[in-house]
Amino acid sequence: MVNIYKFASPATFYPVAGKIARVSTWIAVLLLAVGLYMSFFVAPTDYKQGEGYRIIFIHVPAAWMSMFIYVVMAFWAGVGLVFNTRLSSMMAQALAPTGAIMTFIALWTGAFWGKPMWGAWWVWDARLTSELILFFLYIGFIALQGAIDDTRRADRAGAVLLLVGVVNIPIIYFSVKWWNTLHQGASVSIKNGSAMSTIMLQTMLIMTFAFWAYSIAVALYRVRSIILEREKDARWVSELPEIRR
Amino acid sequence: MKARHKRFGFLIVGLVVLAAAAYLVFNALGNNLSYFFSPTEVAEHKAPANHIFRLGGLVQPGSLERGKELTVHFDVTDNHHTVKVAYTGILPDLFKEGQGVIAQGRMGPDGVFVAEEVLAKHDENYMPPEVADALEKGHQKGIEAMAKGNKPL
Repeated sequence: MVNIYKFASPATFYPVAGKIARVSTWIAVLLLAVGLYMSFFVAPTDYKQGEGYRIIFIHVPAAWMSMFIYVVMAFWAGVGLVFNTRLSSMMAQALAPTGAIMTFIALWTGAFWGKPMWGAWWVWDARLTSELILFFLYIGFIALQGAIDDTRRADRAGAVLLLVGVVNIPIIYFSVKWWNTLHQGASVSIKNGSAMSTIMLQTMLIMTFAFWAYSIAVALYRVRSIILEREKDARWVSELPEIRR
Repeated sequence: MKARHKRFGFLIVGLVVLAAAAYLVFNALGNNLSYFFSPTEVAEHKAPANHIFRLGGLVQPGSLERGKELTVHFDVTDNHHTVKVAYTGILPDLFKEGQGVIAQGRMGPDGVFVAEEVLAKHDENYMPPEVADALEKGHQKGIEAMAKGNKPL
């Protein structure tokens, strides 16, 4: 069996992260090319919304990622708090900008979708408002972590914020079910299957996997930089070929 | 008990307390977080009588009337109750009979809801027009078959 605890050490994880990041980059480029082609040329026009609905292929994957990345960050923050592992806090820190940008894309494309379909750029319904709060949570985490010089204290403060904010995730997800909202209900769910035609669903899933691969790649490249920055006095860092050069 | 078990305990207890607090808060807020009132809620006088609120439902097929100038009249229904709506302005592209809408405005003294803003609400179904046509045809066939006295499939 592979000893997973081995990878909790920054020195072992650093090269592994590099390898996974490279592979993920290629997967992301490939899936994005296929997914975007399908989004624009293969997926049929919608019976009601016409061509404008195509923004769903960016909007929904970004919104899913925005929630999922937050949960992953909260998980790493929890692990960091309990086990005092350095790497888990670094993972949380590395994921934050990607999560924030995904939330921003979801909000931004949503506005572009809302104007022609609903007739409004923005409304204060439960779904939109809770997603905006998620964006503030990301920004708040990044700011709080950046504001404290001592990394151990910064990690701990950030972790508490992340764990408190995790309440917001089910609220975002179920808001369209619990309350009347202008935002429509979920088209794809585990319980009810999909309310989309197959080719549209396939396109959306390919785009989702592309966003996954992208997020994994950038988060791992970022965590490599964070490792180097935080461990700069460690001997293994000074022995890296790219440092010695 | 090791320190790390203790921290894990604190973490779990903290999350449970947080979830309970969130549950209580949202339970207390209840329907106040809803974006609109349905025609049934209006009929039951749950909607505010003399200030602005939003009304949501389907545009009753066959009820749309374009009056003089830009004023349009239509009925908003949830298949139990119906509210008459008057609106002066430009309707969104997706506005259609049988389609979901959300109108913001207030109840007039004559029981007509005077809207200041109308938003279209679309549903979670996405399909190509051919599929929508086929579904509609199938639906019509089913209705005809039932009218002839056949049992539904």
